[in-house]
Amino acid sequence: MSLLELDGVKVHFPVKKGILFDRTVGHVYAVDGISLSVEAGQTYGLVGESGCGKTTLGRAVLRLVDVTDGRVVLDGTDVAQLPEKEMRSFRRRLQMVFQDPLGSLNPRQNIESILSEGMAAHGIGGNREERREKIKEILAKVGLPGNALSRYPHEFSGGQRQRIGIARALVLEPDLIICDEPVSALDVSIQAQVVNLLEELQKSMGLTYLVIAHDLAVVRHISDVIGVMYLGSLVEEAPSDALYEEPRHPYTRALMSAVPVPDPEVEDRRERILLLGDLPSPANPPAGCRFHTRCPWKQDTRCATERPELRDLGGGHRVACHFAAEIASGEITRTSGEVVPAAHEGSGGSGGSEASGAPRASGASGGGAAKGSSSGERASEAPAGT
Amino acid sequence: MSLATTKTSKIDRLAELTAKKETSSGASLWREAFRRLRGSKMAIIGAVVIAAFVVVAIVGPWLAPYSPTAQTWRGEVLANQGEFVGARGENWFGLDHLGRDMFSRMLVGARQTLLVGVVSMLIGLVLGALVGAVSGAAATLGGRAGQRLDDVVMRVTDIMLALPSLLLAVSIAAVLGQSLTTVMIAVGVVQIPIFARLLRGSMLAQGGKDYVLAARSLGIRKRRIVLTQIMPNSLSPVIVQATLSLATAIIEAAALSYLGLGNPDPAIPEWGVMLSQAQRFFDNAPMMSMYPAVAIIITALGFTLLGEAMREALDPKLRG
Repeated sequence: MSLLELDGVKVHFPVKKGILFDRTVGHVYAVDGISLSVEAGQTYGLVGESGCGKTTLGRAVLRLVDVTDGRVVLDGTDVAQLPEKEMRSFRRRLQMVFQDPLGSLNPRQNIESILSEGMAAHGIGGNREERREKIKEILAKVGLPGNALSRYPHEFSGGQRQRIGIARALVLEPDLIICDEPVSALDVSIQAQVVNLLEELQKSMGLTYLVIAHDLAVVRHISDVIGVMYLGSLVEEAPSDALYEEPRHPYTRALMSAVPVPDPEVEDRRERILLLGDLPSPANPPAGCRFHTRCPWKQDTRCATERPELRDLGGGHRVACHFAAEIASGEITRTSGEVVPAAHEGSGGSGGSEASGAPRASGASGGGAAKGSSSGERASEAPAGT
Repeated sequence: MSLATTKTSKIDRLAELTAKKETSSGASLWREAFRRLRGSKMAIIGAVVIAAFVVVAIVGPWLAPYSPTAQTWRGEVLANQGEFVGARGENWFGLDHLGRDMFSRMLVGARQTLLVGVVSMLIGLVLGALVGAVSGAAATLGGRAGQRLDDVVMRVTDIMLALPSLLLAVSIAAVLGQSLTTVMIAVGVVQIPIFARLLRGSMLAQGGKDYVLAARSLGIRKRRIVLTQIMPNSLSPVIVQATLSLATAIIEAAALSYLGLGNPDPAIPEWGVMLSQAQRFFDNAPMMSMYPAVAIIITALGFTLLGEAMREALDPKLRG
């Protein structure tokens, strides 16, 4: 049995309006029916562009936001249904590493106080001395010296702070750690350091991770299974390598086409699928397939009316697209959208008229899940090259 | 991935690198703010003014050369005919309209003025912080019921804020009758919504920070999160506001005294009362109003300077 199982999890935020007292006028469907499972000792990567609900999903698992519907089962216990009091002691088994290393540490607490607080709340380590020993042990594991104890968060660098955040999660010896964009706020050189540390800790302590990120390279490196989210739901889920080698959902294909390839010859031939339009508002999601408004393979039947379920296409590769098989076999070709050679990306007027400039820009932001790595650099270099 | 190999030694190396840079033994934010405060000219001037004011307030009665209430030179002042006595060797600040030594009255009056300022600021601070803390805690961690409570509390403070502060103080003074306590309560009550709003807003801002989420995911009790995580980080604007409102409290108390709602016994000197009495003789003896007025202004300025310097010292964005 899997360590963590999500079954039809929904998180809807009420939209309120009112002069004196607020009235609910609608909902933001941040997470809208997600089912997935994370195996013990493995890493599940969750990717998607900003606003797709991946952070909310992570918080729902920790019950930092209330789950509207569905079940979040950790090791046989439904976290979403636990009474407040039991939930508090259950939190020991679920921990989180945050995106902003400085913001996630209380600036007025020193490191010892930050790390011992959780232990005190759960009665781990009888007295101060025992706790201090344990903290020193954990600090050594994340590569911080014992004399860090009396120092304050602002005295550390970004990477060091993130390692403190990881240490805070580790002191409670959790089963599952949710890493919400664990490296996106760090320099690239430090990113590798932290990712390697996470992997090392997983091996030595048998941890299970749910990694939420938008950086496809990081996710591929660290994950065993990857889920791709779009507008509050999962569109594709597959073992890491399978997803990168053969993305089956149109959205995933567009995302993957934004990832640069290290081989210059392949890179020259790489084609970029540009998505049209913006991410629709999660307060008013499109009917049918959530992606049909931007899908380059959109069909006249089913897409706009029927919401696709995740279907297993073999080998644990699950896709939520009515026509995934047909697209893969080439029976269906693109009906809209634009494909440009990646090498010309960002070079202004090369691919079309002025009018196509706007959708292209938003198409690039659709592929923004891959931002950071190198598409930005390419864009700035391209004009010089042409 | 060659990066993934020989990691244990790498982690030790990390610890070494971090240890090498170790110089300080850890300075808390408060200590650092204090260090920066000492380097600020504004803070030093403000602190010196306040210190002088406090010293005078404490030892004033013993420094005063004459009794502040005895009408020793009554015969020399004919207020009705516009005959006053200005500064002279015997009486440095001259005499007031009843023939009392102005200098002695100023020295002794400092204590009353400080008392009014501090007590009414404390009334506003304590009650306001209480209301703000309840409201802020309810709004951040109290769930749906907490937000309702916060809504109600904030609407009430909005109503209080909507009334002009002096008008509110006058109404309170009118209801409670004429006394020094009334002035302190009236001026203090006016400050309550300001402190409440400030602390609540600050707590809401802190409540949304990741470290509060982190504390929640650690399973720390909500009450403890409010007290150890949210509160210490929300207090700095409130402390700054406290020093600033000390200045306004002194001025407002003086205004109430001036309107005749202060201490019913005019024999006890207080700067605000002295100013209000001197006002009647402003045409013939302008210096009589000048001394208490300038003293109030300088004191208020001292508190304002220190408050502003503290705001800068406590601002995390300016931390360097």
